[in-house]
Formats: sequence, C-alpha cells, structure tokens
Amino acid sequence: MLEQSYYDKADEIISRYGTESRWLIPIIQDVQAEYRYLPAELLSYIAKKLNITEAKAYSVATFYENFSFEQKGKYVIKVCDGTACHVRKSMSILDRLYKELGLEKGQHTTPDMLFTVETVSCLGACGLAPVLTVNDEVHAAMTPDKVTALIKELRGEA
Amino acid sequence: MDYMIIDGRCVPIEGEKNILAVIRKAGIDLPTFCYHSELSVYGACRMCVVEDERGRIMASCSEQPRPGMVIKTNTPKIRKYRKLIIELLLSSHCRDCTVCTRNGNCELQNIAFKVGLHAVRFLNNKRKEEIDLSSPCIVRDPNKCILCGDCVRTCAEIQAVGAIDFAHRGSKLEVTPAFGKKLADTDCVGCGQCRVVCPTGAITVRTNVTEVWDAIADPNIRVVAQIAPAVRLAVGDKFGLPKGTNAMGKLVAAMRIMGFDAVYDTNFGADLTIVEESKELAERLEKNENLPLFTSCCPGWVKFCETKYPEFAGNISSCRSPQGMFSAVVKDYFAEADKEEGKKTFVVSVMPCTAKKAEIKRPDNFTDGRQDTDSVLTTIEIIRMIRQAGIKFEELEGEAPDMPFGVASGAASIFGVTGGVTEAVLRHLSEQKGHQIISQISFSGVRGDDGLKETSIKLGDRDVKIAIVNGLANAADLLEKIKSGEAHYDFVEVMACRRGCIVGGGQPLPMGARTRKNRADGIYAVDRQSQIRFAEDNPIVAQIYKDVINGNEHRLLHRNMGEKE
Repeated sequence: MLEQSYYDKADEIISRYGTESRWLIPIIQDVQAEYRYLPAELLSYIAKKLNITEAKAYSVATFYENFSFEQKGKYVIKVCDGTACHVRKSMSILDRLYKELGLEKGQHTTPDMLFTVETVSCLGACGLAPVLTVNDEVHAAMTPDKVTALIKELRGEA
Repeated sequence: MDYMIIDGRCVPIEGEKNILAVIRKAGIDLPTFCYHSELSVYGACRMCVVEDERGRIMASCSEQPRPGMVIKTNTPKIRKYRKLIIELLLSSHCRDCTVCTRNGNCELQNIAFKVGLHAVRFLNNKRKEEIDLSSPCIVRDPNKCILCGDCVRTCAEIQAVGAIDFAHRGSKLEVTPAFGKKLADTDCVGCGQCRVVCPTGAITVRTNVTEVWDAIADPNIRVVAQIAPAVRLAVGDKFGLPKGTNAMGKLVAAMRIMGFDAVYDTNFGADLTIVEESKELAERLEKNENLPLFTSCCPGWVKFCETKYPEFAGNISSCRSPQGMFSAVVKDYFAEADKEEGKKTFVVSVMPCTAKKAEIKRPDNFTDGRQDTDSVLTTIEIIRMIRQAGIKFEELEGEAPDMPFGVASGAASIFGVTGGVTEAVLRHLSEQKGHQIISQISFSGVRGDDGLKETSIKLGDRDVKIAIVNGLANAADLLEKIKSGEAHYDFVEVMACRRGCIVGGGQPLPMGARTRKNRADGIYAVDRQSQIRFAEDNPIVAQIYKDVINGNEHRLLHRNMGEKE
C-alpha cells in the first residue's frame, strides 16, 4: 500500500483526462513522469477508476518498454546501443558503468537509489556516438575513462 | 444471391462475416486455434490462411467474403505455410504429450497430425515456467500455451471477468494474471470456460481423482456419490454413445463396480432447492424486500456477484446449491450409522462444473464447521476413473441409483440447462398442476439459447417479473440495467456458463453446436420421461423433511451467512 498522496496524485492526473478507458496510456505516462516509475499499486488503482481489468492494464503497461514498475535512481543513465554506438564500442561503456556502480547482471538500480542504468536502441544522436544520457542530458563521444569521471562527478554532486 | 469460388466450386454467400465461415459451409474443415464464432475475431494463429487467384495469402477468419472472390484452400504454398506455422508453434511448446491430460483429445495434436507434420526442426529455448496450482478449479501450465488468446477473450468477452490477459511482447509474450499473480489471487470465478476453449493442455481441470480412489480403498470410509443433472448427458461422449444420450444408468453401474458404497442423484438436492427457493421467493415478495431474488445454484455466479457487484450480494438466495443441500442432508442421514459402524462418510459429487470445487470449501457451505461435500469430480474426471478401472462403459446394463436419495422429479433434472431452475420454480409455485401447465410454462420463454430471457407469472394478484441470464457478461449487463433503474425484476436466474451446466467447465470436449443442442434436448427428455414432474410430488422429499431435516432447514439447506472462518 502506498501513501495516500500517491492516490491523490493519481486522482488529480485522472481528472485531467477523464475516466474513459482510452485515457489509460496518457494517465500512466503522467504518473511515470511524476515518480520516474509506475507504481504497481497505482496501475491497479487507475485500472479500477477507468473500469478496465487489472490484467488488461498490466497487458498495456508491459507491452511498452517505456513503462517501468521498478523504482528508479536519482540519476537515470541511458546508454545508447543502436548500430552506430554499438560499432563504436558502447558495450565497453556499459561494462565500465556496471563495474563503477557495482551492479550485477540483470540489476539496474544501485541499492542507494542513486543510479539506474538502462540501454536504449537509439537516441538519434548517431553523429555523437557512442552516446549516453543522464536524466535526458546528453554526453557525447564517451569512453570508459570518461564514464569513471562522470560517475565521480555525479557522486560528488549527490 | 452472391457467390464466391472456393477450390473451384461455386458457394453462396449468405451473410457470413468471414471467408472462413463460407469455406466451412462448403464442407472444408480449415484448421483454427484462435477462431470461435462467439468471440471477437483475433487472427493470431494464422492456421486458416488461404490463397486468392493472384497468389495473395490471407487469414480467412478476418477477411470479409465478397461476391466473385476466388479462394484456394489447398495449394502447395498454403500447405507449406500451415506446416511451418504449426512447426513453429510446437517448437516452443512443452511436448510431453504422453503424460498430458489432453493427450488424445488435444487440438494442437489433432491439427499437427492433420497437416502432416512429423518432425520439429527448431530447438525450444523458452524458459520453463512454473505451473499455477493455486486455484482449486483449474490448473494453468504456461509451458503448453500457444498464445491463441481464446481464454483471454472468453474470460473478458463472455464472462466479463478478465482475470487473465496477455503481458509483455515478442518472444516474451505470455498469458498471465496481472503482475504475474496466481489465479487464486485474481477475480477468477473458477467457471472453467477458459479450459473449454483452450486448444492445448495449458488450462486444464484441477483433478481430485487420487483422493477419491484413496477414499474408496479405505474400508473405514463410506464413499457415497451424487451425480449432477448435466453429467448424465455428457459422460457417454467418450465411450461412443450418441451425443446427448442419458447414460445415468450406466454411470451408476460403473460407479458401483468402481467401489462407491452408494450412488445417488443430485436431482434430489435440486428438488429440495426448488422447495426452499420458492419459499424464499414467496417470503421476499410478501415483504417486498431484497428483490430481485437471484438464484444461488451456480458458484461461478455467486463469486462473480460478490467480487464485482457486492451491492447485490444480499439479493442472492440464502439457499445452498443442490450439491450443498444434498451433501448436508446425506451427512446427517449417515451420522448415526457412522457412529455405530465406526466409519466416516465421504461425499463425492460428480459435477459438470469446475467452480463447484471451490464452492465446497466456502465456510458458508459448512454445517457446524463440517465440510459437507468432501470431493468434487468433474465429468471428465469420472470418465478418467472409468477408463482407469478398465470398465467397458458402453456395454454396461443401466442400473437405478440407490434409495432414498435416488428419486427425483423431472423439474429437478432440467437444472442443468439455462432456464431450468426458473421453470422448476414456476411449476412449484403454480396453483394449477398437470401436464397442461407444464407445457404452458415451457413455452413461456424460459427455454432456448438466448443470453437473456424474460417472462412473467401471475402469483395471486401480483405480476412477478422474471429474467434468466446465462454467461456472466450478460449477467453484468443485466445488473447494470437493474442498478440504473432501467430494468426491474423480482426473480433472476443466473448461470455463469453460456447455455448452462451442460457446457460447464468440467464437461468432455469438444462441445460444438450439435453437442450443445443434443445435451439440451437430452435434459428435457429426462424431464419428459419422469413420472414425477413437480418437486412437491417427490414422496422422498416429504419423508426426508420429516425424518432427516426435521426443522433444521436453516442449518442444512441454507448458507450460514454469519459464519466466516
């Protein structure tokens, strides 16, 4: 069970759109924008409000890679692994990130909730490859050593 | 009239919604997994692909017939495609066929055999998923799922439950309850209609066969059985009897050979239900409260109402189902004998229904903390037991059930079909008696396949309005109308499964249109051929009220509303 404020927020977002089933995606997008993830309890709550079954809402939310039921860290790092970045060795950047942050394979968020690492298929900045973003701020032409420096800097900020 | 050409033959188009229906009308049985005429068209399995005169490939289930269309269903290209599709389906399917409960009765097997596939070239690299054994009614084995979506659409469109749906996408696509929950933690009502449409062993009936065999083998246990009205019309299906044959006599004989100590008829319990429910209706009409009265015979419906429309839960009859009344009375009947002989009575009920397996565990169905029905076997499980015992069912001479709970009225026998409960109650409440009134009631609109039927009857100076719904989506529509004040009724019969128990979740497959019709005809034939047509004319009912129930109607025949465990 989440705190009441989460449900109040959901109610407010729902009131922006309406309770027709077609508003499900915009509503959960806004919820995710608010909390940087989609709390499972809120998805069930919204489904009920919109009169769709929980299973159907879950079906929609899992269809899109964009929705995440896992809470994300303060810094969401998206490493591009599109074709251009891949051939310019984006995997070594990802490896260094995992090493620096002490993440296991299949783990995306550090236990201190500071960092979340994800891969994306293309950020549309192939000229800057290999590229990554930190909370939508672009870092171009990355190298493993630049990654180490970046993490150090972010840790210092925090 | 418009025509189209199918495999060189001219076939009329008579309002069919898709080419597939026209092709099947022409006598060509195209294989399909995801097409069911009562569900929305989904076009997922691609087995129904056909070719037009320009060599274009299309799924015939989702293509409208147009005049002059030229369709070929059996070309080298089509045969190759179909074979490849089934090969791909099988490549990620758990192929432990010999130990699967659907072995020999599996659409996937049938179609793989039909298209002539003899080897699968691809490796199965799908992760092995856990089998969901949480529900007392059905078992879900995701490893056998071919993602046709039949269960998803049945659950949502026909039953308005929506307990399961697709999740994720691509190679990770699966059918699952929300958040990977167990079925028992969802709104699943246990009706088993998903199992009816599942073409593989991905959804099957939760079986209780072993515990019943164990009870039979124990000399200190008195194993008594009750057989539900819809079972007798379906049990012969798997032994070569014509569809809809009343095989009650053979079933009783078989169960005696298997070692049941007594075999009774649930219809006796239905007679008790008719008496009690009619009484309740009369009382509520008199007080004009808690109307409409909803029937309580169907456990799928009761759970649906309690979870999705709790505001109507108080309108559900306080009567137990015929199964529940029967077991409570039988347990009391044998109580003294059990004490004297040092035995324990174990009640097995043979039902067409998977939801009954959950009903017996409801605390409100217990009598003084005692679970009355010990085990529920569905029709397909009793068929399995007959086979395990090596009994040649089709050659058995019919035998009559044991006394005293072997006598029942014809009114009780029609409980297994939609409208039956209403018809029986109307007979009981009618002031006139005799075959004319029986015929009049049967033509009053209570019979037939429709999802919603309406009728009314004059009781005293009051016009009692009655609705009969089957299929939970139809029930949900009706409840919404009642809620909004658009409709008003005094008595509503609800059956969770479309057409009633004759196509219940535990009945043998396949259940096509002809099987359904024959079973309904069969059930009405049982009624017609009964000497006793009115519940109150059953002499055993009066005797049992006097000797066993003895003023304990509330304790034995009604749900214990206050008692929650």
